[in-house]
Amino acid sequence: MVIYGVYIVSKSGGLIFNLDHNVPKIEAERTFSYPLEINLEYEPKKVSVVFGQKDGINVGHVLVSVNGIVANGSVLEDGRDVKEIIESKENYPLTLKFSRPKMTTNEKIFLASMFYPLFAIASQLSPEPKSSGIEVLEADTFRLHCFQTLTGVKFMVVAECVQMGMDVLLKRIYELYADFVLKNPFYSLEMPIRCELFDTNLQALLEQVEKGGIASI
Amino acid sequence: MIYNLYIFDKYGTLLYYGEWNRLKQSGITKDEEAKLMYGMLFSLKSFVNKISPIDPKEGFLYYKTNKYALHFVEVSSGLKFVLNTDTTATGIKEFLLQLYSKIWVEYVVRNPLWTIGTPVTSELFKTKLDEFVKQSALFGPKVI
Repeated sequence: MVIYGVYIVSKSGGLIFNLDHNVPKIEAERTFSYPLEINLEYEPKKVSVVFGQKDGINVGHVLVSVNGIVANGSVLEDGRDVKEIIESKENYPLTLKFSRPKMTTNEKIFLASMFYPLFAIASQLSPEPKSSGIEVLEADTFRLHCFQTLTGVKFMVVAECVQMGMDVLLKRIYELYADFVLKNPFYSLEMPIRCELFDTNLQALLEQVEKGGIASI
Repeated sequence: MIYNLYIFDKYGTLLYYGEWNRLKQSGITKDEEAKLMYGMLFSLKSFVNKISPIDPKEGFLYYKTNKYALHFVEVSSGLKFVLNTDTTATGIKEFLLQLYSKIWVEYVVRNPLWTIGTPVTSELFKTKLDEFVKQSALFGPKVI
């Protein structure tokens, strides 16, 4: 039973809450000799693998550190340029560490607002009349469950594919939202949710579901 | 129940559109609808790749609403099959891969009169596809 994350999107499409839960860390460190057998793309903000996936280093992974020194984008913490180090032969053997890129808060906001039109188009392109928007979206690595309330707020849970009964969980989260967010006099609608009680209760709920299954709530 | 089928190439051209039990039209032209559909798939793919907690291999597979399910299969050459069915249908991925190897490859790729990247107009393909879809257990009214 694994739940990867919870997202709440307001009726205007803005991300008002997100929680990462149990996101696996995918990292791989390897020592390379010259010439490097993977192709990298150097951008100011990140150095990513574009070709030649091998030993857990996949296309799309970003460079985290060189010889144990953390890289911030294309520059190392000590100020040296990553591209220069990797391209000069005398620095080898080099130990490079790659990881799957972590989503930044900005990217999450971007994705949340991207889901909004997808949800709407799905109902417009429907071959049957009066269709709702996307309720379940499945990929090979996860399943996204979405529940839209009558007022237009969307609750989304990203979980493992095998996870059942997510609709019950979503309704429980809605209950928590109604209890701890909407009844909070310091919370203004459509704004990001910063309510401690909601956080703690949601965390407890997720842990309960992961330990005891969906039937325990 | 099978509603309709879209086939796109890697550039987003609508190569074929087939319709069987569609109950609602989108109210825009087929051309516009195809663009909207392709745009949605494109966004869905990138959305799925970004939000996935671990490295995806195939990425987006399908989504469901309360009325229908949209299944998506992409082959390595970038050809995309999109099939709308009712929400209870299963095994669509296998069905679409069969459709690709038995109908598409046989009657489109092996047809010398078809130019790559243009919509398929072959009558033979159309009839064979129709047969193939109608023979499948997925076709026909929804089992409730």
